[in-house]
Amino acid sequence: MIKPEEITWVKPPTFGLMDQIYLPAIISGLGTTLGHFAKTVFGGPQAKVTQYFPEERPELPANYRGVHRLNRDEEGRVKCVACYMCSTACPAHCIDIVAAPSPWPDREKYPEVFVIDELRCIYCGMCEQACPVDAIELTSLFDLTGLSREEMIFNKEKLLSVFDQTVAMGKDPVRTKAGRLSVASEPAGDGLTDSSSVQS
Amino acid sequence: MVVEFSLIVTLATIIVLMACLNGLVAYLTLFERKISAYVQDRVGPNRAFFGIVQPIADGIKFLLKEDVIPAHVDKFFYLLAPAIALGTAFLAIAVVPFGSTLPPPALVDHRPGSTTFGKMVFPSVTLELEEVLQADRKFSQDSKTPSYEEKLKKYNATFQCVVSPGVDIGFVFVFAVGSLAVYGIILGGWSSNNKYSLLGSLRSSAQLISYEIPMGLSVLGVAVAAGSLNMERIIHHQVENGWNFIFQPLAMILFATAIFAECNRLPFDLPEAEQELVGGYHTEYSAMKFALFFLGEYTHMITTSFLIVTLFFGGWHLPFLTSPDQTGLFAILIKVGITCGKMLAFIFFYMMIRWTILRFRFDQLMNLAWKVMLPLSLLSFLALAGLTHFRPLGNLTPWVMPPISLGLLLGAGLLGLILPKSPTRSHVPNLGHGSGGIGPVCQTNQARLEKVEF
Repeated sequence: MIKPEEITWVKPPTFGLMDQIYLPAIISGLGTTLGHFAKTVFGGPQAKVTQYFPEERPELPANYRGVHRLNRDEEGRVKCVACYMCSTACPAHCIDIVAAPSPWPDREKYPEVFVIDELRCIYCGMCEQACPVDAIELTSLFDLTGLSREEMIFNKEKLLSVFDQTVAMGKDPVRTKAGRLSVASEPAGDGLTDSSSVQS
Repeated sequence: MVVEFSLIVTLATIIVLMACLNGLVAYLTLFERKISAYVQDRVGPNRAFFGIVQPIADGIKFLLKEDVIPAHVDKFFYLLAPAIALGTAFLAIAVVPFGSTLPPPALVDHRPGSTTFGKMVFPSVTLELEEVLQADRKFSQDSKTPSYEEKLKKYNATFQCVVSPGVDIGFVFVFAVGSLAVYGIILGGWSSNNKYSLLGSLRSSAQLISYEIPMGLSVLGVAVAAGSLNMERIIHHQVENGWNFIFQPLAMILFATAIFAECNRLPFDLPEAEQELVGGYHTEYSAMKFALFFLGEYTHMITTSFLIVTLFFGGWHLPFLTSPDQTGLFAILIKVGITCGKMLAFIFFYMMIRWTILRFRFDQLMNLAWKVMLPLSLLSFLALAGLTHFRPLGNLTPWVMPPISLGLLLGAGLLGLILPKSPTRSHVPNLGHGSGGIGPVCQTNQARLEKVEF
């Protein structure tokens, strides 16, 4: 129940004589537009809001949801453990994974094929949330273009190259600090079995 | 014994004027985009040599684009409409002075004992003309002033910056031809066979017809003050007596408002309201045919700007700088520059207003024309006619008009406060069928609900 003292009653503005004959309002309005006009013409570059896009890149926040990337671990291997959690979470069904036995001893599976259809993707970021090893992330690359539909279907190599590109740019996405990651992503001996002690 | 016209000079004037107009229209689009950008704190078109070549690029695009004629249009009228829109716009500028002009000499009746003695006459019978001319010659000899024939000779020898100088119906011609532009819009909208186009053109027809009345009435005062419809004479009157906007401010405001509506500019751009009608009457037009509409619209803007400059702001006249006696080439160029400067200043005002006032709703638009501007312009004209006839303060009589204008404006505002408002949507009377809403709809819903429950 809203207290009566918290309620502010708003009434429609009443027209006075000056509003009724329009002209004073128009003149004050012209003052506003002419003010902006003069400010933009004489105010130098900082007075304008225009970004010269291809030359000047926008400063996007680190949690921007752009093109996906597949992360590498310290040894340069793909971090993904082919658990299918991202493709299960994906509302647009744009992730295709084919798992294979891992060639490395520290994990069971790895993705033999990892394909994202960037045209189908709705960039909701649910794959990123679902990933237990922080292997898939959305980067701040936003100007994704292609000349054909095939070009916009990204395979594992392409997604790994996005990782290399964004790491080189120094624009890593923000990492979630929601909980511990699984074995493939954490240093040895610091796996999931310890999670209970961390929580307590 | 008339104003002579030389075919070569006229053709040259037409060619130069058309070329300048087309170039000006192209650059006005850039001007408009730049101004729009600056008002919104943006930069505007800045590619292609800082935007300088942008209009040319646009023109090339218009020419090279595929010229789509939709299958569902009435082809004849569909093709005719842009031609009418552009043709009328170009025709209207024929009598509008764009620079130095002289008033055509007036033939004054000096026949002793004539009923029209001392007044301007236009004898159509040769015999009468001879009589009048004879009396005029005699009068000029007696008073040592140049006779009508000498003045006419001098007038014919000087270059007039009008395509057709000495047109005595003057701005009535502009209104007559300019109002034909509505045919272009209506035909375009109707032949497009598209509901948005049709809505736009219907709005436009109602709007243009409504606003022509206050437009014509507000300018009548100028004609009465100058004693002529001829635009060169009107300019000359202003050179001698001061610019009309000082003496008839209300008429100037009404006329400016009306030409905003005539040119379909914001706040009266209902015929092509993009947010409501896709594109209005030119939705189905593409490539060069769209460009023709555009060209017509901007030419109309230029014409009306020249018109308001001529009628209210003294045409080529600037105090202490120009006088009617200067007829050299340099003076003509200066006068053309002054007129075009004034015209561009008014177009700048057009474009600033575009970003200042919101679009009117259609009923507000009609209310403004019929309930406010029409009575105001009538009253203003009545006051001016009375003052001109009775001259209560002698030579100071024109100075009575500004206070009267202010009074009329304030009076209109006060009336707007006092008079009851027309009912808005929320005051639609409840027909008494249940809670709120319009009766029958509510009832059927109620009945349907009862049926389901049963």
